[in-house]
Amino acid sequence: MRIMRTAAFAAATIATVTLAACTSDADAEPTNSATPTTSPTTSAQGFAGQSVTLVTHDSFNVPEEVLASFEEETGLTVEFAAPGDAGSLVNQLILTKDAPLGDVVFGVDNTFASRAVAEGVFADYTSSVPAAADADQYAVPGSEGLTAIDYSDVCLNYDLATFAGDDPALPSDLGALTGADYADMLSVSNPATSSPGLAFLLATIAEFGDEWETYWQDLADNGLRVTASWSDTYYTDFAAPNYGGDYPIVLSYASSPPFEVVDSEPTTAAMLNTCFRQVEYAGVLEGAENPEAAQAVIDWMLSDEFQAAIPENMYVYPVSQQVEIPAEWAEYAPLSDAPLTLDPQEISDNRDEWIDTWTSILLG
Amino acid sequence: MPVGRRLTRHLTWWGLAAVPLVFLGVFFVWPLLTVLIRGLWDGGFDWAGTWAVVVDSRTADALVTTALLASLGTAGSLALGIPGAYVLYRLRWRGQATVRGIAAVPFVLPTIVVATAFTALLGRSGPLAFLGWDQSVWAIALAMVFYNTAVVMRIVGGTWASLDPRTADAARTLGANRRQAWWHVTVPALMPAVASAASVVFLFCATSFGVVLVMGGTRINTIETEIWLQVNQYLDMRAAAVLSVIQLAFVVGILAVSAWARRRRERVLGTRTVDGTRPATVRDLRVMVPVLTVLGLLMAAPLFSLVERSLRIPGGHGIDHYVALFTDPPRSVLPVSVWQATMNSLVTAVIAAGIATALGLIVAALNAARGRRAATLDALVMMPLGVSSVVVGLGMLLTLNRSVVGFDLRGSWWLVAFAQAVVALPLVVRTLIPQARAIDPRMRSAASTLGARPWRVWASVDWPLLRRPFGLALGFAFAISLGEFGATSFLARPDRPTLPTAIFRLLGRPGLENMGMAFAAAVLLAFLTAGIMMTSERMRTTVGGDL
Repeated sequence: MRIMRTAAFAAATIATVTLAACTSDADAEPTNSATPTTSPTTSAQGFAGQSVTLVTHDSFNVPEEVLASFEEETGLTVEFAAPGDAGSLVNQLILTKDAPLGDVVFGVDNTFASRAVAEGVFADYTSSVPAAADADQYAVPGSEGLTAIDYSDVCLNYDLATFAGDDPALPSDLGALTGADYADMLSVSNPATSSPGLAFLLATIAEFGDEWETYWQDLADNGLRVTASWSDTYYTDFAAPNYGGDYPIVLSYASSPPFEVVDSEPTTAAMLNTCFRQVEYAGVLEGAENPEAAQAVIDWMLSDEFQAAIPENMYVYPVSQQVEIPAEWAEYAPLSDAPLTLDPQEISDNRDEWIDTWTSILLG
Repeated sequence: MPVGRRLTRHLTWWGLAAVPLVFLGVFFVWPLLTVLIRGLWDGGFDWAGTWAVVVDSRTADALVTTALLASLGTAGSLALGIPGAYVLYRLRWRGQATVRGIAAVPFVLPTIVVATAFTALLGRSGPLAFLGWDQSVWAIALAMVFYNTAVVMRIVGGTWASLDPRTADAARTLGANRRQAWWHVTVPALMPAVASAASVVFLFCATSFGVVLVMGGTRINTIETEIWLQVNQYLDMRAAAVLSVIQLAFVVGILAVSAWARRRRERVLGTRTVDGTRPATVRDLRVMVPVLTVLGLLMAAPLFSLVERSLRIPGGHGIDHYVALFTDPPRSVLPVSVWQATMNSLVTAVIAAGIATALGLIVAALNAARGRRAATLDALVMMPLGVSSVVVGLGMLLTLNRSVVGFDLRGSWWLVAFAQAVVALPLVVRTLIPQARAIDPRMRSAASTLGARPWRVWASVDWPLLRRPFGLALGFAFAISLGEFGATSFLARPDRPTLPTAIFRLLGRPGLENMGMAFAAAVLLAFLTAGIMMTSERMRTTVGGDL
């Protein structure tokens, strides 16, 4: 039955392809933000019988009822395409920009955003729903193509039991980790193969500026462990009671500690002065078959209903200030007051070189 | 033969060959060529850019590392697999079928699950920490041995089980001592199978991705991991394309060696079809105990660690995570329960295995008679084994991202089954072709002479003899598509995870519940695989296929 349904959806897509006129400006320069489109007036069932394809990464998750109510309100059928993880998403969008994978994308993060913008992957769109004002603070400079939907802090997490006494004391900041007290204690993932790994590299560049290479050399000399992915570091290496690995300080997220509450007692915590803020964006794809519906999807993602579902379903924070964060998060997963950040353009210009340099220091 | 009949035969051959050729053409060759052309062709062939990648020291390093790792992995798998083949296939004893089934389990386990188990052994506080193998070439090689020993045991065991023991007995009677009989009779008879196993395992090792990245802690780069990095991190399509061509050349070389070894072996197979197994005696314990102990340590230690993690709950152990497999994940990590993902996997695997075995039967039928075109078809079918799944997955995105002859496959769930069929096809073919070639051509001639049409000849001569290896191939294809991750992760829809993609997603979130469920799901995958393998073992003929 499911097969049949999928085939029917596919057939519906073909049917609607010809209906939806391509309204986006084909030769619009990505830097040309003079005429951003405004929010379409989405009347009830305004898209009856049409479909829209949402391209996303494999961590995308929305509750069935939130999706159903959007489909019911608009009359749209939402198709999904998830060609891999967050890291490969942008590259795939760039490679397929002549024949886009869908109408709208969710999950482009601030470490990759500028590359995709420079390649002209997105069509301009500025949402006018209330939460758009909250999203605006994360806008990518020089682009009207991306709307921030959620954010998270990539931070070092530590095992509370290890640092319960004074010896060893909790490291005060990133700089302290090169000290002899913290030898063989830190496990992080490789920035070339892991997106939190890249975020942490950027955090150290934001913190130490030109001295970052020396910092990593010192970390390497101090028994730093590097793994391929976040899961390797967290599940295999973390010394938290749930996992029993060998490393009391590991790279994870500010939102991880609530998952490690045992018998109502937290067992881990995040070091909030080591955090890099990752922002996830949505955007209408240039050359979309159904750009109006794509814009409606972005409005939906900023709606209270969708925003409120974000923490529990995607394990990140909603951009909207209007929705409530789960009580457990507020208690055990506070965000950083002053996260480390870098200009997306600077990231885009230097990322490959930084990763190469990092690789030669750590693995060379 | 009249010209008309010869023409008909040619047309029939090409008509049949068109089915697998079109399938592979659309779902493998076209995507692959699209990526290669896109990388290499920029208004003309870019010689300078290509040459720069070829002479880059990284390329040379990756090539050397690939060869080194594959050699180590192959040598280790042979060292363990050959004695294993003797104990598990030449000898007969109670419980053997179960051990054979379990030995095939590593084949489908997700890398991260295996890596966690190996780190528990080799890591700083593991029992084997003194070796200093953590995140080294040795750790990767050990994991490769873990994955591939079963392949060697199956290929070599199949031949060993069918060796006529009387030949060695005759040599003994003629005055050869045990050692001489072994070196001059048994070893030469086994060599083709060993060479065949070695080339298949070498291919698996040379193109493995997750194992290298995770077990080596990203310190060790092979051609496969370089391609992945160039595509996913640097978006350097030219480098990826050049590296893919180098990999392709490497793989074609291995396939040539493999084909040569198979030809030698199939000659042996065609002449002797006896049951060479014998019941194990007390004297055999001298061999069985050490072999099974080493096998047990390599297989059981990681599997034990896997089961232990799946039972871990706060403050102890319990079956909570297994119960959770049947409920919706507590934090909506997955849109469906793991049980539903298992069902998705099973349905996809049935379709993929159906396609792969149907195509495999056609390829085998066309390969029953030797010839250059048959050998070329055989080689083409083997190619997917040796090409980077990143490149094929990307190629599928670029080519199938529009309607193809009226079919819009974009985001379609059928693509997953098609991709898995492409992956399973080489092993299906390797299982069926030796059997098809071992059928005495005189039987077909006799049937034809008696007036049977070609289809009737196949149905009454070939099929009865192919039925059992067909069952084995079906089981193999089923297990492979059940465990397939590389291509599936590119194509699976987020709302329809398969069991391996569900495990991957569960391990993408923190929390003991998610980890426990992931490991419980991996145990479920292991059980399904062992069960399928045990069932397919029963269909196995005494004369072994390649796998």
